[in-house]
Amino acid sequence: MNLLVCISHVPDTTSKINFTDNDTLFDANGVQFVINPNDEFGLTRAIWFQEQQGANVTVVNVGGPETEPTLRKALAIGANEAIRINANPTDGYFVAKQLAEVIKNGNYDLIIAGKESLDYNGGMVPGMIAGLLGFNFINSCVDIKVDGNSVTASREIDGGKEIVSSQLPLIIGGQKGLVEEKDLRIPNMRGIMTSRTKVLTILEPISSDSKTATVKFEKPAPKSPVKLVSADNLDELISLLHNEAKVI
Amino acid sequence: MSILIYAESAPDASGGKIKKVAFELASYAKKVAESLGTTVTAITINTSDVSELSNYGVDKVLKVNNPKLAGFSAKAYADAIKQAAQKENSQVIVLSSTTDSLYLAPLVSVSLEAGFASNVVGLPLNLTPFQVKRNGFSNKAFVTTEIATPIKVLSISKNSYGIFENKSNMTEEDFNPSIDESDYGVKVVSVEKASGKVTIADADIVVSAGRGLKGPENWGMIEELAGVLGAATACSKPVSDLGWRPHGEHVGQTGKPVAANLYIAIGVSGAIQHIAGINSSKVKVVINTDAEAPFFKVADYGVVGDAFEIVPQLIEKLKAFKSNN
Repeated sequence: MNLLVCISHVPDTTSKINFTDNDTLFDANGVQFVINPNDEFGLTRAIWFQEQQGANVTVVNVGGPETEPTLRKALAIGANEAIRINANPTDGYFVAKQLAEVIKNGNYDLIIAGKESLDYNGGMVPGMIAGLLGFNFINSCVDIKVDGNSVTASREIDGGKEIVSSQLPLIIGGQKGLVEEKDLRIPNMRGIMTSRTKVLTILEPISSDSKTATVKFEKPAPKSPVKLVSADNLDELISLLHNEAKVI
Repeated sequence: MSILIYAESAPDASGGKIKKVAFELASYAKKVAESLGTTVTAITINTSDVSELSNYGVDKVLKVNNPKLAGFSAKAYADAIKQAAQKENSQVIVLSSTTDSLYLAPLVSVSLEAGFASNVVGLPLNLTPFQVKRNGFSNKAFVTTEIATPIKVLSISKNSYGIFENKSNMTEEDFNPSIDESDYGVKVVSVEKASGKVTIADADIVVSAGRGLKGPENWGMIEELAGVLGAATACSKPVSDLGWRPHGEHVGQTGKPVAANLYIAIGVSGAIQHIAGINSSKVKVVINTDAEAPFFKVADYGVVGDAFEIVPQLIEKLKAFKSNN
């Protein structure tokens, strides 16, 4: 099985978010970047397929040279090879077009992407790839098993789970559940050493338009401080929720 | 030219009940339609009674009734929505942020060569060029996105606009999109769903508890409080990792997102990953013994104290309040 894992290089959740150039550019200064958490669950599941079913795992990212440490980390965790598409990821559609091209040329059976990245929270790339290539597609995927070409998977739905069946080739939008938090791997020294010699191919982007553009960023207005209510006076809390906040 | 919304329904014995999120979409679409000088069309799938949509400004309903669409198929549903958009010559398609709608939205946008903006909060900032404000960076910033394509697909963050009554003379029309066999590459085998419980996605109020509850045996009062408020129950990540509560209740960055009107956090310290997932809730209440818990920084109302003393009292007082209001 030939597996492709799409990796997004995103600011760690604990990072302070700032913008520059009159709030039109993200300020990467001092920001710690990580593998997008939804992608990391998918990558870890991919490594499971590699170890249990002999799958070959390629990781791919659309981004500049500054994203390579994130790909090297994925290699250190166990991916066999990496591809970086050397382009600024202008919008979800542009990224989907680039990834679709890699998939067309790469003969992949299973493509695992995170259902959403934690920077722009667009949640559109896996679905757009499926739309562009006509592949079978399962979003919010929380479990996947592959037997030959047959796939059994679970999808999270509002209030429960849906069990679905499908066939390779397939793309999934993955999340926690593909593996659990405790299954995530921290690269060990051997992984880090071997990752340096693994192949990281740099591809130039194909020409594609973007359908959307980011015009401006804005930070939420500072919040007014919490109103504390005494534990002896819960009637006041109920009154505030009813009369002031109007939520009960 | 009309604005198209997909009005989702929850399956029930009587043949599908329109979900509340659809009324928010209708309210939103009506306002945009007024600015553009056009009307609102809704597409429904296997919903027998669509009349409620007329209370929120929908001018026309395209009713699809097709047994092939009985189970959810993102591709087939996206295909039906695409054909409705083409029939209505819609330039703006407004979808919700339910799991199903977020699944089909990118498929709809690719098939119509439309730009797609998700997590949209509020009305378009501008119509030409078309600009919307979105939640981004896990609710730590807003992003203004410009959609450059003739057709625009939006998904609206739940509870971000509100529901506004607006009575209309709505017409209903049967609509039969052609559904292709190739749309069924993913087949539903079975659905596991807790019945009779308010889901986190549908709930206006969510009652969430964390490790401060000390053990799974203490969740009775959380469920009772949720029951009194008609709320869904949720939990923090450590609680689901410890197996005290099912994974489906885990809310936060890697769990379910919450955009409720009221979020009550009990014995939840408020790790940044937790806050990232719940911060688009309108009003947040924290109950915690530790006045320094980070949740107090993001909450609107807070009570410092022991949940085991406060929650039972709160339940009694809310019961009294409910019986008087």
